[in-house]
Amino acid sequence: MNTEPDIKKEKEENLRKWEVSRRQMLKMMGGTAAASMAVAWLPNALRDDQPQDELVPAEALKDGDSERRLRQWMMIIDQRFCDGCQSQGTPPQCTEACNFGHFVPEPMQWIEVYEHEIHHDEGEVEALRASTAPPAEGSSFMPTPCMQCQNPPCVNVCPVGATWTTPEGITLIDQNRCIGCRMCMAACPYERRSFTWGEPPTHPATEFIEHSVEHQLPMKKGVVYKCDFCPEMARAGRLPFCASGCPNNAIYYGDLEEDIATNGDQVVRVSEFLTANSAYRHKEELGTRPRVYYIEGHGELVGRDPRNHGLAPVRWVDDENEHTDHWERSVE
Amino acid sequence: MTYSTESLQRHTIEAMHRFSRTYVIAFAILLTLVIIGAIAWIHQIREGLIVTGMRDRITWGLYITLFVFFIGASMGGTFVSAALRLADMGWRAPISRGAEYITVAALLTASLFIFADMGRPERALNIMLFGRWESPLVWDVYGLTTYLAGSMVYLYLAVLPDLALVRDTIGEKLDPVRRLFVVMFSASWTGHPKQERALHISLQVMTVVIVPVAVMMHTVTSWIFGMTLREPWDSPMFGIYFVVGAVYSGVGLIAVFMFIMRKLNRLEAYITDRHFQNMGTLLAGSGGVMIFFQISDLVTAGFKLKTGAAFNLYQLADGAMSPIFWTYIWLGLIVPLALMLNPWTRTVLGVLIAAVLANVGMMLERYFIVIGGLRVPLNPYEPPNYAPTVTELLIVLGLCSFFVLVIMIMMKLAPAISVQEMLETGELETVEKELSTAEGAAS
Repeated sequence: MNTEPDIKKEKEENLRKWEVSRRQMLKMMGGTAAASMAVAWLPNALRDDQPQDELVPAEALKDGDSERRLRQWMMIIDQRFCDGCQSQGTPPQCTEACNFGHFVPEPMQWIEVYEHEIHHDEGEVEALRASTAPPAEGSSFMPTPCMQCQNPPCVNVCPVGATWTTPEGITLIDQNRCIGCRMCMAACPYERRSFTWGEPPTHPATEFIEHSVEHQLPMKKGVVYKCDFCPEMARAGRLPFCASGCPNNAIYYGDLEEDIATNGDQVVRVSEFLTANSAYRHKEELGTRPRVYYIEGHGELVGRDPRNHGLAPVRWVDDENEHTDHWERSVE
Repeated sequence: MTYSTESLQRHTIEAMHRFSRTYVIAFAILLTLVIIGAIAWIHQIREGLIVTGMRDRITWGLYITLFVFFIGASMGGTFVSAALRLADMGWRAPISRGAEYITVAALLTASLFIFADMGRPERALNIMLFGRWESPLVWDVYGLTTYLAGSMVYLYLAVLPDLALVRDTIGEKLDPVRRLFVVMFSASWTGHPKQERALHISLQVMTVVIVPVAVMMHTVTSWIFGMTLREPWDSPMFGIYFVVGAVYSGVGLIAVFMFIMRKLNRLEAYITDRHFQNMGTLLAGSGGVMIFFQISDLVTAGFKLKTGAAFNLYQLADGAMSPIFWTYIWLGLIVPLALMLNPWTRTVLGVLIAAVLANVGMMLERYFIVIGGLRVPLNPYEPPNYAPTVTELLIVLGLCSFFVLVIMIMMKLAPAISVQEMLETGELETVEKELSTAEGAAS
């Protein structure tokens, strides 16, 4: 039986119920907020930190502890010595040595040699050709490995942290984490990244190698690859494949920390060498701060005529025999 | 003939209940296309992205183009349903339900396009596990999920009273699946004043929340491109440019949807010429702003002619992208704007034509932004070219069919016109009045 006070009481009770449920609601919201914060923090907790090899910068080193010295790998490419291997009559040997050493599948080129018109603008060259005045027309060669930027656009955009810069200043890719979104390829202003669009051919020699970010083998489908600056070779005291493959010794590899670099033939003091030859970095204006320096030239120091255009097409590993042949030749 | 609440209810609920032959045939065709697309997708997953036309120079193709397009398409829904609710425009009432459907379906489709583009879709969870907040792509993924969840909540709040209406009127007659759905999701809604108030407040809050979320989403999508160092993309204008483009194509898509829904369900009495004219005005407005942005983009780049920008402009003006670019400029922007500015052509048919053109145009625009941007060479080599393969086209077709299919399914789960909103905004009375005047004039 419903009398008026009864209804009122019921209403009040209902209201109280409503309030309790609101409190619970607030608690739930608090819980949800805490949980979502936890989820936001989760990636940091799960992220397996890259092995810090306990390397330390030189100033922190005790005497005689040079094994633990933190290197800052860098490269100098002396274009005055680069004739695109025209004098050898072969495809660019840096690319081939890299292809054979890293088992790079076709059509990737981790170090690619581009031919620049010295007068960069095509239209301008046309105009110059049309005029009677003979300003020299010709080209220069530019071997381009990964620039190992210190403000790397690829690292900045990677959604999963599959590419990162090591303490030694090298940008590497973890193909086991990469999701294949290709954002880094869009971001790289040097186009130094390649994608395995299909199943990459597996060289027999690479089949049982344990995957490492430093040699990127064996190759996988649907992820991104690029020049890794051969950190393993460097640690073993050897030059990268491209540097040792270059017949003109145009590629220097070295350490900014120790201020020293070598092309396998001679050793240079980096700071001095760069200044003395007014070295530049590719697309300096983008602010990517590459670790690869160039010395401008068109192969003049190895007697190349800049009007001699053209590069021989690059070759890749086809079978084991060809691989051995080339590898032996390019080392010697 | 009177158009009371009852007749509106009867009309919309009947339209929901009845499966016409056109509907069944269209459903079958679309389902076939989705299945073909799924098979093509399986083929792509097995073989890798080698089966597409993308390669190392042009690394993004139709998938990303359509991803951007569908993100844009979702904007129209939010704009018509939430932004017009904020502005308290009553005429949105009969089309807001359809607009919300489009938002949800377009976002679902857009997220599938991301999966289609990934080299390693099985690792998608890495974005949650190892996500770096610094990456624009992570902003996009979290933005998309937030936006999708938000618009689903918004759609659900708006549809709740209508679901209860369906439950109370034809609940018994429905097939078991839909009956279960309606009973479950109408969530003991009785129309009690307290419920009404709670719903009203929640809707207000969601309206205020969803509009900035939508703007954020389109901005962040543009930043996938805007955050790179590539010449035509490297522009601070990209955010707002994409937002306006999204409104333009989104409004157009809703106009097309309105037209089809009206035809199929015979809802001429509720979606009148006036609604189409209003949509036409919206199209003209957003199209005009779009032209403004297009001009500012082209003129600021074209005056200076920096190397990359110059290449881009030449390829648009008379290079490989020129057919697409000029079709976009003329058929995608100028013709729709001319049609919509002229009162003689701002008719139902005119709006339909302008809306279709606007969408085709915006799809072309997304195409030359994505592929044209990647075509600009960063090193000295011949500019690369891209052409989608059959597999790629089949997947795209399948996903587009999926988009329509999702809307068609949603159409049969709830009334196509929000009865609640029609009453709340007083639009029903306006429509009735309109009709009686028309009848009076006729007799």
